[in-house]
Amino acid sequence: MLHIFCPHCGELRSEEEFHASGQAHIPRPLDPGACTDAEWGDYMFFRDNPRGLHHELWNHVAGCRQFFNATRNTVTYEILETYLIGTQPQFTEQAAPLTTTATREQGEKV
Amino acid sequence: MSQTHRLPNGGRVDRSKVLTFTFNGQQYKGYEGDSLAAALLANGVDVIGRSFKYSRPRGIYAAGAEEPNAVLQIGATEATQIPNVRATQQALYQGLVATSTNGWPNVNNDVMGILGKVGGKLMPPGFYYKTFMYPQSFWMTYEKYIRKAAGLGRSPTQNDPDTYDYMNHHCDVLIVGAGPSGLAAALAAARSGARVIVADEQEEFGGSLLDSRESLDGKPAMEWVGKVIAELKELPGVTLLPRATVNGYHDHNFLTIHERLTDHLGDRAPIGQVRQRIHRVRAKRVVLATGACERPLVYGNNDVPGNMLAGAVSTYVRRYGVAPGKKLVLSTNNDHAYRVALDWIDAGQQVVAVADARSNPRGALVEAARAKGIRILTASAVIETRGSKHVTGARVAAIDLKTNSVASPGEWLECDLVATSGGYSPVVHLASHLGGKPTWREDILGFVPGEAPQKRVCVGGINGVYGLGDSLADGFEGGVRAASEAGFKAVEGVLPKALNQHHEATLALFHVPHEKGTARAPKQFVDLQNDVTAAAIELATREGFESVEHVKRYTALGFGTDQGKLGNVNGLAIAARSLNVTIPQMGTTMFRPNYTPVTFGAVAGRHCGHIFEPVRYTALQAWHVKQGAEFEDVGQWKRPWYFPRNGEDLHAAVKRECQAVRDSVGILDASTLGKIDIQGPDAREFLNRIYTNAWTKLDVGKARYGLMCKEDGMVFDDGVTACLADNHFVMTTTTGGAARVLQWLEIYQQTEWPDLKVYFTSVTDHYATLTLSGPNSRKLLSEVTDIDLDREAFPFMTWKEGLVGGVPARVFRISFTGELSYEVNIQADYAMGVLEKIVEAGKPYNLTPYGTETMHVLRAEKGFIIVGQDTDGSMTPDDLNMGWCVGRTKPFSWIGWRGMNREDCVRDQRKQLVGLKPVDATQWLPEGAQLVFDPKQTIPMTMVGHVTSSYAHNSLGYSFAMGVVKGGLKRIGERVFSPQADGSVIEAEIVSSVFFDPKGERQNI
Repeated sequence: MLHIFCPHCGELRSEEEFHASGQAHIPRPLDPGACTDAEWGDYMFFRDNPRGLHHELWNHVAGCRQFFNATRNTVTYEILETYLIGTQPQFTEQAAPLTTTATREQGEKV
Repeated sequence: MSQTHRLPNGGRVDRSKVLTFTFNGQQYKGYEGDSLAAALLANGVDVIGRSFKYSRPRGIYAAGAEEPNAVLQIGATEATQIPNVRATQQALYQGLVATSTNGWPNVNNDVMGILGKVGGKLMPPGFYYKTFMYPQSFWMTYEKYIRKAAGLGRSPTQNDPDTYDYMNHHCDVLIVGAGPSGLAAALAAARSGARVIVADEQEEFGGSLLDSRESLDGKPAMEWVGKVIAELKELPGVTLLPRATVNGYHDHNFLTIHERLTDHLGDRAPIGQVRQRIHRVRAKRVVLATGACERPLVYGNNDVPGNMLAGAVSTYVRRYGVAPGKKLVLSTNNDHAYRVALDWIDAGQQVVAVADARSNPRGALVEAARAKGIRILTASAVIETRGSKHVTGARVAAIDLKTNSVASPGEWLECDLVATSGGYSPVVHLASHLGGKPTWREDILGFVPGEAPQKRVCVGGINGVYGLGDSLADGFEGGVRAASEAGFKAVEGVLPKALNQHHEATLALFHVPHEKGTARAPKQFVDLQNDVTAAAIELATREGFESVEHVKRYTALGFGTDQGKLGNVNGLAIAARSLNVTIPQMGTTMFRPNYTPVTFGAVAGRHCGHIFEPVRYTALQAWHVKQGAEFEDVGQWKRPWYFPRNGEDLHAAVKRECQAVRDSVGILDASTLGKIDIQGPDAREFLNRIYTNAWTKLDVGKARYGLMCKEDGMVFDDGVTACLADNHFVMTTTTGGAARVLQWLEIYQQTEWPDLKVYFTSVTDHYATLTLSGPNSRKLLSEVTDIDLDREAFPFMTWKEGLVGGVPARVFRISFTGELSYEVNIQADYAMGVLEKIVEAGKPYNLTPYGTETMHVLRAEKGFIIVGQDTDGSMTPDDLNMGWCVGRTKPFSWIGWRGMNREDCVRDQRKQLVGLKPVDATQWLPEGAQLVFDPKQTIPMTMVGHVTSSYAHNSLGYSFAMGVVKGGLKRIGERVFSPQADGSVIEAEIVSSVFFDPKGERQNI
């Protein structure tokens, strides 16, 4: 069971309080009417399925009910960061290759 | 004769406490402190069960979690049955009742055993797949009998009388295993002040020290264990959990521990005590001190009762004071196993010979055995054993490992116990639960945990550290590391002195050769629990299964509750040799939770019976019960379904309730409808975007029905939303959709339109909703309210605030029945009083309570949809003939607009919602029934739609239905046909979906 740092609550909480809502950073087209069927189909149905870092949208449903983003390694299930909607991830496949482990341990009082 | 195999003294059992128990109907005696397996061996019980596939007699083979054969059914009563209990892990208690899980008619005379003997060669791996393949549809039939023949224990048919629960913990260091390295780690971590949990699966702490010959500081090792436990108990923040198996290592250092609190006390837990508990632990650091598991050598007839793991023999002798035989032959490839020979001699029994596969063993224990005059046959191994229900002899011969052959005919040695040791396999299961691949180490001939991202430290046997002194040091160091990584400052400590003996290397022998070759030799079992032989693995590789995972699945090696504890490495070695690759090239299979089986009781915990799932009641539940309501489940809600009177059935009650609403007035508890309070300056704009219709012009005081679509243009919820103030709305949703809709609103506000200032709060439970519906509803309501109900002053689709029954209320004039209706919303805790006042005032009007069924019928008569019943996630508003509810000119591209304008959504011949009227008015169209245009077409017929709602008992007096039909809206007046399973065909006319009061006059009186 994942241990997820909610950036709104400022605490590490158990996965059962959260709900995963799919890939992050997929903005709704500003003018859907201008989209071709192919573009609209891409927005609606096509998602990445990477081996490695994945930016995903989570909802703290049983907590503050707020959405936020997380960068998760789909191989190790490590969560490298969680960050607010509208901000960009610090860890990306380019910036943080698979071999580096998370350096920031959000919320863990060590 | 009682306890024939009990040694006159020794062991950690309490001989003053005699316990009686029953195995397969026969009574035996044992001592407190015995495991069930030890007690059975003490009584000379050889045959414990029959094997899974070949039905061969099997006896106790091991002494711990790795036991493959003695997997028993425990329970004195039907309600307390537990399947799949390892006799080696079950403490003996007074009155214990155990039975074999398979064997028919009994384990000593088994009918299936004959099949096993005759059919052994006829049952290669994949036998079932190969034999019962055709016809495919028959597998289900075969499977029942195959499973029955195999026998896997059975679940009780009565409710478990015991209580189970869960406990959540956070700790700094969780230590798995309380052997020497685990205890040393616990000391180091606990002394630093960290919160420490120590969990061990055995009845008492000590691990390998429980039966060790070794001493610490010159004293018996268990004295040190006692001191450590005493110290740990004194330290604050330390939790000691014996009888607690860490079964799963899950993500982010979340581990599950299965603690058996009272399984050692009796068939049932003592009154007031919890029987088993699952600890859910989030640990900052984990120390894995799971030790190592001895693995057997693979030789002919190695499954005959009387063949045992060498270490297990030592355990029975030293810990339980039980000698599972008199004359021992030991077959080994390593030094450690010699301790069984020494233990056996110490117990006054005879060691016939030791067969050592190595050519010149000179280790300390070997020399100690030589000094005792034990006959040691070098470069030799036990090739095969004989005996039907117990070993009577073992053939020891010289083997040549270079050519993998038998070098001499050897000799048959008379014996009744064959101990075998092929080295040790570190228990890497937990370390691998999250997918970390174990690494092969040639120097210890075993897999050790590989690199893993988990915050864990492995100590002792799991690292291939087998010497006692080294193990203690490794454990202590690991404990220091774990605690300091968790933020604690380590405290120095002195470890007891252990005699570090010189051990020579283990020889790489896994599968002992036989003159006849693997295929023709007596069966050489690799996995005793799943009856997988060396020949089966070789056959699998010859048949083209090269991946270890495929070999596993084809042969069942390491399946089920066994999880490859004994057979995994031997199986890999055999497959690797057969494929001419190395063991690391072969790789290993995945280990998965749970390490040992967990009872369903423990998994369920308190989540059973009436608290299995939360139930939601409205504020008026007590009144419904008093009225004799029948309830239906809507999500977690209990809603009154109908209110039978004088023994009415559903149909009679619904017909009466419908009529009462149409004729006078009815009352419905609509409190379960989702209610979301929406506030903020941009609330109106938000509604414009989320609903299909327009909200810009909805004045304060008015209400409007709205449809909600997903981006694909398909309807997913509906409801009425009222404007309370320019920046304040209250939205209603379907009962089942309330949570989903709230989340839907939140995700769009938070992620797409954070610039819109709008906030959502669920107020479903805050308000009770009483719906008064029927031509007399105005008259009735006027008697209990101060609100002006005049037709003009309080028109349709508006709401007013005022007192109802003396309580502040919001009254909405909206209608789901087609009748004049008022929905009265009151603060939930006042609802009962208001209801009572309305009911009192309603007597002259024959006010009739009605339930969800009548509500469904009445709305269907009006053609109102129910989302989820008349829609299925593939219907646009146009498909529902609700194009009037689509704001085609709204400036913002609201959710669903782009989707519903896709080519496929605007084509002709989509399925459209229509009314269906059976030509024979007494016939009822079953909901879900498929529709065709041509009933004479041959099968497969062209299906053109289906029935979504259908009611035979209603206020109309004839059966009617709603359904979807291809191009249905242009086919009004045409006929469709519904072929039924019994061959009959129901003919129906396509009509408008509005059956009652099509002009809507009744709601506007």
